[in-house]
Amino acid sequence: MKPFTYERATSPAGAAAAALRHPGARFVAGGTNLLDLMKLEIETPPHLIDVNGLKLDAIESTDDGGLRIGALVRNTDLAADERVRRDYGVLSRALVAGASGQLRNMATTAGNLLQRTRCPYFYDTNQACNKRSPGSGCAAIGGFSRVHAVLGVSDTCIATHPSDMAVGLRVLDAVVETIRPDGTVRTIPLAEFYRLPGKEPQLETVLDPGELITAVLLPKPVGGVHLYQKVRDRASYAFALISVAAIVQKDGTGRVALGGVAPKPWRVEEADAEMPNGARAVAAKLLAQATTTPENAFKLKLVERTLASVLAEAKGA
Amino acid sequence: MKFDTPAKTNPIDQLKVVGKPVDRIDGPLKTTGQAPYAYERHDVAAKQAYGWILGAAIAKGRIAAMDLTAARAAPGVVAIVTAENAGKLAKGEYNTALLLGGPEIQHYHQAIALVVAETFEQARAAAGLIQVKYAAAKGTYDLAAVKDSAPIAKSGGPGGAPESKVGSFVSAFDEAPVQLDATYTTSDESHSMMEPHASIALWEGEKLTLWTSNQMIAWGVADLAKTLGIPPENVRLISPYIGGGFGGKLFLRADALMASLGAKAAGRPVKVMLQRSLIPNNTTHRAATIQRIRIGAGKDGKITAISHECWSGDLPGGNPETGAIQTRALYAGDHRMTANRLAELDLPEANAMRAPGEAPGLAALEIAMDEMAEKLGLDPVAFRILNDTPVVPDNPPPPPAKDEKPDQPKEPPNPHPPFSQRQLVKCLTDGAQHFGWKKRNPKPGQVRDGRWLVGLGVAVAFRNNLLMKSAARVRLDAKGIVTVETDMTDIGTGSYTIIAQTAAEMMGVPLEKVVVRLGDSSFPVSCGSGGQWGANNSTSGVYAACTKLRGLLAEKAGFNVEEAVFTGGEVRAGNSNILLATLAGPEGLVAEDLIEYGDLDKKYQQSTFGAHFVEVGVDAYTGETRVRRMLAVCAAGRILNPKTARSQVIGAMTMAVGAALMEELVVDKRLGFFVNHDLAGYEVPVHADIPHQEVIFLDETDPISSPMKAKGVGELGICGAAAAVANAIYNATGVRVRDYPVKLDKLLDGLPELPMEP
Repeated sequence: MKPFTYERATSPAGAAAAALRHPGARFVAGGTNLLDLMKLEIETPPHLIDVNGLKLDAIESTDDGGLRIGALVRNTDLAADERVRRDYGVLSRALVAGASGQLRNMATTAGNLLQRTRCPYFYDTNQACNKRSPGSGCAAIGGFSRVHAVLGVSDTCIATHPSDMAVGLRVLDAVVETIRPDGTVRTIPLAEFYRLPGKEPQLETVLDPGELITAVLLPKPVGGVHLYQKVRDRASYAFALISVAAIVQKDGTGRVALGGVAPKPWRVEEADAEMPNGARAVAAKLLAQATTTPENAFKLKLVERTLASVLAEAKGA
Repeated sequence: MKFDTPAKTNPIDQLKVVGKPVDRIDGPLKTTGQAPYAYERHDVAAKQAYGWILGAAIAKGRIAAMDLTAARAAPGVVAIVTAENAGKLAKGEYNTALLLGGPEIQHYHQAIALVVAETFEQARAAAGLIQVKYAAAKGTYDLAAVKDSAPIAKSGGPGGAPESKVGSFVSAFDEAPVQLDATYTTSDESHSMMEPHASIALWEGEKLTLWTSNQMIAWGVADLAKTLGIPPENVRLISPYIGGGFGGKLFLRADALMASLGAKAAGRPVKVMLQRSLIPNNTTHRAATIQRIRIGAGKDGKITAISHECWSGDLPGGNPETGAIQTRALYAGDHRMTANRLAELDLPEANAMRAPGEAPGLAALEIAMDEMAEKLGLDPVAFRILNDTPVVPDNPPPPPAKDEKPDQPKEPPNPHPPFSQRQLVKCLTDGAQHFGWKKRNPKPGQVRDGRWLVGLGVAVAFRNNLLMKSAARVRLDAKGIVTVETDMTDIGTGSYTIIAQTAAEMMGVPLEKVVVRLGDSSFPVSCGSGGQWGANNSTSGVYAACTKLRGLLAEKAGFNVEEAVFTGGEVRAGNSNILLATLAGPEGLVAEDLIEYGDLDKKYQQSTFGAHFVEVGVDAYTGETRVRRMLAVCAAGRILNPKTARSQVIGAMTMAVGAALMEELVVDKRLGFFVNHDLAGYEVPVHADIPHQEVIFLDETDPISSPMKAKGVGELGICGAAAAVANAIYNATGVRVRDYPVKLDKLLDGLPELPMEP
């Protein structure tokens, strides 16, 4: 771990401004991912801005019938919130499918969105990784790639985004609210929040330097059956090989997003439209642009079968 | 005490304390955090500095240049040790690669430097400033690619010779009406014990004391002394509490050597713990295997020909994973062949992990038996019973002695020795009864429970009982307290407790009057912990020492030792009785002895047996396997403490679930290292993966084995259990997977078609 300086921010605008003053600074909240990355010198911020005191930890109803989730709401609290469980079940289910109880107690809403990939080559500083060390190459391409992405990849990076929560938020059409160093507030639909790797896999979101997430907004509830199915090699405490978040209405229409397959939660409008036509049709639209390696090609079939599982469960629910 | 004739009735047979499921005597210390592990020994030496190991970034090649300037100048740095400044170092007897690499690099994450600093964080930060330029060399990392040129291994492990031949296997197999010829693979696996390797080193003049975490104290002393080039009497190892080992701590490792070198360089005590992400590549692992098994049988189900060939790889000078050895002793058949072949690979050093040989060997063999039973139309339990054997069907010559010419013809010492005990059939029949085996549908893929495809599997467990010399010292004081001292280790197994039970039984005192002190090289040399030999041998050593103490006490009391009865804290003979405390007197009484063995293990095959029954559910949609029930029936001699023994067996069964379903060090065959080198990437079972586990111990005493009439049991639980899981998956799905771990991607293509349209 590199030595770093530390401050406690007292206001969101102040935190953002402080981040701009310290190039390379990071916000720290739960620290469940960042501290590991710092110990391994994958992240080497010279300055940490602790945002835990910013009082962004409320879940409030909004005027349009939705919810405003403070950036600092812990994953455990969000998953347990009565309104979330009643109206946004897919989010609650996605949250409890992730990490462990201890980690969820610490991890925050904004931190969860900004967690880094778990690609093992990203984690080993001896290895080439364009995301960690731009221009160094990608050791995962041609290497161990069983857990890697099949959608949205580029020839510089095939890492996945590891969050379960983000997949649940994506299917709910969540919007990210931020504040910039100049004090201006903006909202970014989650659909536009993540970048694909392209030539610059080190750039993972559209956030500007210093920009701080203050909340995540959920539109008013859409009803339907909410399901999140996460498929993995062991029963708990593992990242998704693939996951499916779905909201299915009584008439068979609905929406679907995938986790574990791409550098961001993967949702395709045309796939939503195929929901009444069954798993194969939905999968075909979701996976249309897939690029696989021999090791991760199984994910395509797994997505299709897991979609079938989710749709069958929705029908029975 | 020489044990060379079968045990007769002895004080252990009273079973007043031994054989009872008593709680661990060290349990309260462990659960209240008062049992300090090596890295926590803040109390033992003042001014401890922290060491951080830098591992090599390449798998093979040389360090072209190493710049320590920035690291040396970093805050808090006290010393930096590299091969350049460490002085002349030898290689330990039990090490294959050097523990401190440079300039030559033998494997990925081989230690190349230790940074010593005032704080842990400073040491770690400074290590990040070391600049290393490498000249990488091409290495060999793919076992399958080099398998065909791999020679027969030089050593055969505890099973004896690396290969064996009986009768004419090839022609018998060719003539067999029912044949199986199949190839199986098992993965490289990491021990993943809870406590990482850790040591604190303190030099006082020429004397080195090491608080460490090591299963084999005497091996550790000898190899640390050898590596440093100092007399063994100048080295003291202290390792009373160990947070798991599984074979990963059998040997001197980099934490111990680097702490010693760091403390020398720093002129003060240094503590080093291997960071988790270094462990899979820096320390030893269980080698992957490729196994070809051929079985020929008559239509009656009797095996006529059986062969088992096992390929594994290791660094030059390393050892094979002897996956073929159990096949010499397990099933009948007149024509047989086994071979363990060893390829040279430049991957990290392979060595023992819980039940080396048998664990991967049975993982393959017991799938083959399941496949063969199906070909024969026989129930897998019945097929195994049909091929039971009262004697060892192989009779391989022993491995050549060091000074012996290999071409000298040799007679097998004892062709086809009988088993000292063999209750395999009872394990199978009792287990089948208890588990409800007859409910199994022999046709795979037939049983559904909602979304789950449900299947049952069986496999046999087999592990040899190994005999090792083991010494102990027993002290009786004026308060009637019996203190046992031996360098035996407790790696979570329950050694403290069973040793206390043994001493209590022998001396006729309650358990509370026994104090057990372990894991210190100033104590008599024990068998140590490994190869499931710890319990039987270490308690036998305590038995020997207690026998000697009983003699001293009887003599002091003026009793004939044959007539003396030790009970209730006193010794009695006829109508006389004297308190032990009185006999001990203010000076106390001490006795030391060791157990050593004659040739009973040559006259008899000493093995432990078991049967595993497993029920799994496989998700019909996703192929995820969840184990639903597990049962192990074990026949392993006298069970010294059913509670700690059960704990060993269920732990081993859990490890087998890991091997069956998820554990796999992934080799990057281009770069030559295990990629998933932390506990996020290398998955072991979590609680949610493990269902109800049941263990039944058959009533057995084995007087051929030792005066305790016990055998090992700590590794039996892993042997065969992975195959029982794999066989259950086959029964559930009809998909036969021969490559471990059985992850869902290997099942997907064979799962039932799903409704993909609305």
